[in-house]
Amino acid sequence: MSAPTLAKEKATQLPGRRESRAVDRWAGLVEGWLKGHTILVYLFLYLPIVIVVLFAFNDTNRRVTAWDGFSFKWFEVAFNDSVVHRALANSFLVAVPNAILATLFGTMAALGLQRVGKKTRLAFDALTYTSIIVPEIVIALSTLVLFATGFDVVETLFGVKINFGHPTIIAAHVLFNTSLVLLLVRARLSGMDRTLVEASSDLFATPWRTFRQITFPMLLPAIVAGFLLAFTFSFDDYVITTFVSGPGSSTLPLFIFGQVKRGVTPETNAVATMILLFTIGTLLIGQLLLRWQSRQTGKGEGMASMIAER
Amino acid sequence: MASATPIPAAEPARPGRFRNALLTTILLFPAGLWYVLLLVAPLAIVVIFSFGTRARNGGYEPGFVWDNYARAIDKADPFITSLVMASAGAIACLLVGLPLAYYLATRAGRHKGLLILLLVIPFWTSFLIRTYSWLIVLGPDSGLAGWVSAITGDQEFRVLGTPVAVLIGLVYGYLPLMVFPVYVTLERMDRTLIEASKDLGANRWATFRQVTLPIALPGLVTGTILVFIPMMGEYVIPQILGYGRTYLMGNALVTDFLEARNWPSGSARAVGLILIMFVTITLYLWFVNRGRKTREVSML
Repeated sequence: MSAPTLAKEKATQLPGRRESRAVDRWAGLVEGWLKGHTILVYLFLYLPIVIVVLFAFNDTNRRVTAWDGFSFKWFEVAFNDSVVHRALANSFLVAVPNAILATLFGTMAALGLQRVGKKTRLAFDALTYTSIIVPEIVIALSTLVLFATGFDVVETLFGVKINFGHPTIIAAHVLFNTSLVLLLVRARLSGMDRTLVEASSDLFATPWRTFRQITFPMLLPAIVAGFLLAFTFSFDDYVITTFVSGPGSSTLPLFIFGQVKRGVTPETNAVATMILLFTIGTLLIGQLLLRWQSRQTGKGEGMASMIAER
Repeated sequence: MASATPIPAAEPARPGRFRNALLTTILLFPAGLWYVLLLVAPLAIVVIFSFGTRARNGGYEPGFVWDNYARAIDKADPFITSLVMASAGAIACLLVGLPLAYYLATRAGRHKGLLILLLVIPFWTSFLIRTYSWLIVLGPDSGLAGWVSAITGDQEFRVLGTPVAVLIGLVYGYLPLMVFPVYVTLERMDRTLIEASKDLGANRWATFRQVTLPIALPGLVTGTILVFIPMMGEYVIPQILGYGRTYLMGNALVTDFLEARNWPSGSARAVGLILIMFVTITLYLWFVNRGRKTREVSML
């Protein structure tokens, strides 16, 4: 949005700039270094991803990095691996309910927080930020201890044995993701044009109708983006999942970690490549939605600004 | 309350108010319930357990002793290693991230949106996959260690399993968290200040040091906090790239809870880690608020 004005500024200042540039003989060097540094950082960021994808197509039966030519065979192996099938199914069985619950809870809470006093809001905020700040490993282990202790109590009291499995993973994932959705939707709410809501009630719309026809459509991009982020978080999570999963509920990240511990194979890379494709696709959809939203409100840079303002 | 006139007006409003309160409660209930059951309860149980003793078969036995904290302080090695690694990681992120953020904010032009997106994508994508890929990149087969061995002839040269590999993993994993806040502060910076500084005869370095850097400082502090905190609690990276040899707090916690099954000892460590987080955050908030006050004053 500020690009044209900036360009104009540059154009008008050009003569002055050129003068100072002549004096400053380091200018070219500094500019070159900045550019080179940026290129190197992007190479650093993408090199590992490219390597994983590349070595998924390696036609080798020996070491994973010894290149033997191009082939799709490891994708075939991955496609026919029943362990991968089960892990994939588990990942969806965890990620989808988690995303639905977190989106629902987070959106509801964001709307509810508009209606409460400062004290309640601060208390809620404290919990929201705590759930994001406390290291994942601490959340994972303390949740494990809580579940294990709680299940023991239930077993001695009622004789019912509860096992770790999908519900425990989902319950633990929903915590972080609710906070994530809450922050996203609230950011959108605070950037919303209140006059539309007021106009709606001035025109005798009921609160529910105002919500349905004004508030909800305006929040929708943030809600969908929240859903997608919650989904990818859950789909990619290793730390929390590994500690609160039970026998038979291993997700794809747990499968990959197991493979990594035994030694990466081209099959690992093939599975990883498919996960990368899938999550990057999901994220791009989320990004497009947010960009569409920020174009409407004229602020923010999509997910980047969300993370920056977190 | 006792006066007669407002009653007719207040009376019909009451059911509405009740319904409003009910709706608010319903809206906040699920998230609130989750916070209580899966955040407050687990953290509370960890605090309670940290004062207990280890049951004979592992786990927790009620008690009130400070032994676990004494042991956590006595065996503070993982904590110190974490502190050193997280500090080194934060400094490395700072050195790599500042020029990048500066470039994005001032030089990227119309590619800005694309470059930011390219920074976000890996950050949200499969942390585990991006971490294990360094096993290939740094590995002895055709990775960095292999190249170095081929050039120097030193067949024993290894990167994986050393703190350096863990550090690379940390910087790689958390760099975007440093870049975003710095980028945001630099982006909002009034560009005319730089022109003014140059007009007043300051050279490039003096302008950077006296104008750009102070403006970027809040972003740099935010970025440092954002990378430092998750690095302190990192578990996957030292496990995969450090082969578990660079023994951080996360690894110590897992050993305590799962292998030694000494829940009280692990709990004490966890409480210590959480306390460090909150002290860091409090200091940070203090810094931010202090900064805001001085900025207001300077604007006056």
